[in-house]
Amino acid sequence: MSAAPRIGADAVAAKGWLGAHRWLLARRVCQLGILALFLLGPLAGLWIVKGNLAYSLTLGTLHLADPFVVLQSLLARHVPERAVVIGALTVLAFYLAVGGRAYCAWVCPLNIVTDAAHWGRERLGITGQGARLSPRLRYWVLGVVLVLAAVSGTLAWEMVNPVSMLHRGLIFGMGAGWFVVAAVFFFDLMVTRRGWCGHVCPAGAFYGLVNRWSPLKVNAAGRAACNDCAECFAVCPEPQVIKPALKGAKLGIGPVILDAACTNCGRCIDVCSRDVFAFGSRFAGDEVATRERAPPAGAGACQQSTTETGS
Amino acid sequence: MVSERKPVSDARRRFLADTARTGCGAALLGLAVGFHARQARSTPATALRPPGALAEPGFLGACIRCGMCVRDCPYGTLRLARPEDELATGTPFFVARDVPCEMCEDIPCVKACPTGALDHALTDIDAARMGLAVLVDQENCLNFLGMRCDVCYRVCPAIDEAITLERQHNLRTGAHTMFLPVVHAEHCTGCGKCEKSCVLEQSAIKVLPLALARGAPGEHYQLGWIEKEKAGRSLVEEQGLIDLPDRVPETPGATPAVPPALQGDQL
Repeated sequence: MSAAPRIGADAVAAKGWLGAHRWLLARRVCQLGILALFLLGPLAGLWIVKGNLAYSLTLGTLHLADPFVVLQSLLARHVPERAVVIGALTVLAFYLAVGGRAYCAWVCPLNIVTDAAHWGRERLGITGQGARLSPRLRYWVLGVVLVLAAVSGTLAWEMVNPVSMLHRGLIFGMGAGWFVVAAVFFFDLMVTRRGWCGHVCPAGAFYGLVNRWSPLKVNAAGRAACNDCAECFAVCPEPQVIKPALKGAKLGIGPVILDAACTNCGRCIDVCSRDVFAFGSRFAGDEVATRERAPPAGAGACQQSTTETGS
Repeated sequence: MVSERKPVSDARRRFLADTARTGCGAALLGLAVGFHARQARSTPATALRPPGALAEPGFLGACIRCGMCVRDCPYGTLRLARPEDELATGTPFFVARDVPCEMCEDIPCVKACPTGALDHALTDIDAARMGLAVLVDQENCLNFLGMRCDVCYRVCPAIDEAITLERQHNLRTGAHTMFLPVVHAEHCTGCGKCEKSCVLEQSAIKVLPLALARGAPGEHYQLGWIEKEKAGRSLVEEQGLIDLPDRVPETPGATPAVPPALQGDQL
């Protein structure tokens, strides 16, 4: 436990508790709401949504499928039926629009578990990164998962994937799936800060790739007002993504967080007492009249410098 | 030149070491998952796949574990495997002794499958082959003991086709007939109604996965009477009967054709 006031205290003082937890609450409502929709069928007999995150049918018409699972199935050399293809393309288009890793922050049920682990980590006063893992490990894992599917001809990852195991388990029965979920919880609690979502999860890596082109981004348009409290870094599940946008003004880097790892969770917006951050388009500029160069040509350069400063 | 490159080389070395560490970590994880996946490839003898399921390795690549078949099964037959079950986590199966397949004519589970892991080409439930009933324990089957249980025969949706009762003289009583249930693979869909309704505490008739239940002759095996039927005539007779030469010692005193050990009884 640190002697310093709790993270977010300034924001609560400035914006009130609700104002300082707006996006967090919205996110929880979204996560639990989606889960509730899936559970209404089996628990209350109200069949609005059938299936699980791998594939679901809403009101008998809307097909939604997880493009990551469908990609594995394709690599396992199965040509799927139309329903799942339409579903996967729909979901892919949606996340291209709202930011791929919005899946991680707003939909994935495991996010609640890893957020809880992170909360516990702070409560226990565990500081620092813990076991050093590269945030790029997940891209390697993604590669390995796809190769495994191709080599084995089966959805090998789906036999151990804690994300689908948790969501499917809550709807169809967990069984020993709790052990896997508990393993992820303790990994994040004791071993590595933001270990699973921030370093290992190949689904996150996949949606991160989708993230590269999405127009909806968090920006630090009010960065001129930043008072260096560093609380955004403390709450961010992917802290390496903030620095270029927040501190890059002198280097000519735009205020938009373009790093593909950003989950659009909005915690930085909540926790900032100076309202530095906001959701906006990927082409957003600074709030101040003097617009910095951010548009497409600069976007690539930003990515570049992000990875350099991030490592 | 060499001294100039020194600092760069340090950073590069660290980068390479980090990359190698990360790559090896991912590869290790992949090996573990691959090993686990390999083990989970075979299905246990008690678990049956829904109608229309692709053959096992293909099914595991096609099924995305969404559970739509489970949802649309009106009888609660199907379940998704949990991690502790012996087959691939999240895949659908049923245990005949618990809830057998009721063989719906419109096959809702197959229609619900969004991927085709349950083959949409299956439109006639009688053509489904979920497994094959095998009377595994003749010693405890009541009909084999000479009684008229007949339950498996009576509940079979393909009565008199998939299961028939073959008559045989009861040697024990010497005065009665035994009605022996015989399964015919040609008609058995593997629905499991027989296994479910067997009156014994442990079912004497069990539906096994096809791979387990069936034998297979070598491809070169030809059954003479079937070949004859196909050709419409005997394939052997017109070539003349094959007469193998009799093996007898050509000269007295040579090695005998019959081993000495057998000579006493046989000759």
